[in-house]
This record gives sequence, C-alpha cells and structure tokens, in this order.
Amino acid sequence: MKTTTQIHDNVDQLKAGFIANIVVAASVAAYGSVLGIVAARKGLSWAELLMMNLSVFAGSAQFVMVDMWLPPLPVAEITMAVLVINLRYLLIGASLNPLFEGCSLRHKIFFMHLVADENWAMTMAHFQRSHITTWFLLGGGLCVQAAWSLGTITGHRLGTVIKNPEQFGLDFAFVAVFTALVFSFWRGKRDSVPWLITAVIALIAEKLLPGKWYILLGGLSGALASAVLIKNDREDAGDVQ
Amino acid sequence: MSSETSLPLLAIAAAATVTYALRLGGLLLSDRLPKTGRFKQFMDALPGTILLSLIMPAALSAGLWGWIATICTALCSLRTGNIFLSMLVGVVIVALSRNYGL
Repeated sequence: MKTTTQIHDNVDQLKAGFIANIVVAASVAAYGSVLGIVAARKGLSWAELLMMNLSVFAGSAQFVMVDMWLPPLPVAEITMAVLVINLRYLLIGASLNPLFEGCSLRHKIFFMHLVADENWAMTMAHFQRSHITTWFLLGGGLCVQAAWSLGTITGHRLGTVIKNPEQFGLDFAFVAVFTALVFSFWRGKRDSVPWLITAVIALIAEKLLPGKWYILLGGLSGALASAVLIKNDREDAGDVQ
Repeated sequence: MSSETSLPLLAIAAAATVTYALRLGGLLLSDRLPKTGRFKQFMDALPGTILLSLIMPAALSAGLWGWIATICTALCSLRTGNIFLSMLVGVVIVALSRNYGL
C-alpha cells in the first residue's frame, strides 16, 4: 500500500488535522501567553520554556510546574504533580487503540508524543464519522504545539499576545470546543444515565480533590456505569466472554 | 555547582518522561485489554465520559451567558454536527454579551 496515493492520503490527513485544530489553537496560544508571562516572572529562560513545551507538551501540567519553580527545584515533587495531573493520558492513550489498529510499534512511538486534549478530542470526534488516520492526529498535534509554543514564547518575551482575550470570548473557547465535541460522542438515550453520573462525579470531585483528579474520576465512573447498565448485545447473542 | 545548574533540565526531563510514558503506556496497555463484552463497552464509553468530565467544572462556572452559550453550542452540535460552527456560536455569544456589558 506504499503507493503515491497512500502518501497523498497521509499528507491530506495531516493537513486536515492541522486545519481542524486552528480555532482551538488560537485559544491555546492566548492561554499559553499567560504561562509565558508567569514563567518569565519565575525566572525560567525562554529556552527552558521552549524545551518544556516541546518535551512535556501538556498545558495544565506545565502551569503547575512553573508554579512550583522555586530554587532549589523540588524535582521529585514536580514530577509527582505532573504524574497525577497527566494520569488522564493513560486513558486517552488507551482510547486511541482503534485509531492505531494495525500500526507498528515504531509508528506508535513516533505518533503518541503529540497527543494533547484538544487534538485528541478533535480526532476522536472525526473518527466516529469519517475515515481518519493517525496522520490527522499528528497534524492536529503539530497545530496545537505550534500555537502553544508561539503563545508561551511571545508571552515570555513580550507579554500577552492579545490584550483582553476575555473580550473576544477566547477563554470560553475551551468550553465551546469541548462542548461541541462532546456531543459527537453521544450515542442516544442509553448514554443519559452514565453521562449524568459522569457530570455529578466530576463536579463533586473537582470541589473536593486538588488538581485534575476530577477528570479521571468522572470519566472512569461514567464509563463503568455504561459497562454495567447498558445491555450487552454480545452476551445476549450467546457470545462467551 | 554543576548539579545546581542542571536541576531545571532534570525537572523538565523527568516531567517529559512521565508524561510521554503515560501517553504511550495507555496505548500499548490497551492492546492487552480484552476487546469484547463489558470491557469493550467500558472502553467505548470512555472518550465521551472523559471529555464530559473535562469540561463540567469550567462550563458550570461560566456564568449565565456562558450557560446560554454552552446550551446553544450543544444544540447546534446536535443539530448540524458541525464542530466549527457550533464552537463559533458559543464564542460569539460570550464575546457579544461581554462587549455589550450584559
């Protein structure tokens, strides 16, 4: 299958993924500029910040890292905090299984680095409806990474990218994007109880627990409810497993 | 002295390693998980519930116009299936409400 059409297909997928993420990338850049300003105040050099962007590439984790950036750096504590905040990537990675079906280990190793919340959600939403490959995911990752680095470094060197991002509703763009995306996962009435459980658990956990535990707890309990409550067709069909 | 100057690099490298290990680890582990029955149902439901969980607190704290915008975005997304348009609807409503001091 390594024909020219395949190559064109990959390039097209890469482009489509990049383009699909441009709007959310604008809000990623605005949010990044805030991190850049905080990082400059904390004494991180722009090179350190850029290295962090390219290697860690996780918004909320980087905010916490910069927040804890007081010499002598508490490396162990920072690493633990990053681990807890990013635990959701374990689930996000697992959910990408069908997209990576049939891909080599080398392909997985190369493509999994540029997976952020935004391009993951965008990819999964498109994957439900159309022919999407890992190149779409990568294109989105490149778009989000470019915006993230541009935003943070501009913030570090010059201050904010856009003076009042709130005025343009850019802070709300995250909620809007994820709201628009979440309904492409709606499979009808059978999802109503699991989703209600997800929402309630997420809100309670967010109030009671620090960091990003709420994402994990809400997501896990909703999916668990779905597995328990929804009638299993295969079992009914007499499939053993 | 040299250990002092290399601490930032160490912190970044450790954070990057942990994050990448979670990303790749999730994908590689999922190959070993069962692909049938209840477990499959669990995995199939997961993307939607993670995403919903991710936005709930921010959506709830968005204020009255934020809620209106969220509902309009949701309705638009359900009706048209157009992600870009739906998101634009929400952002424009919030931007307008703020610029007109609502």
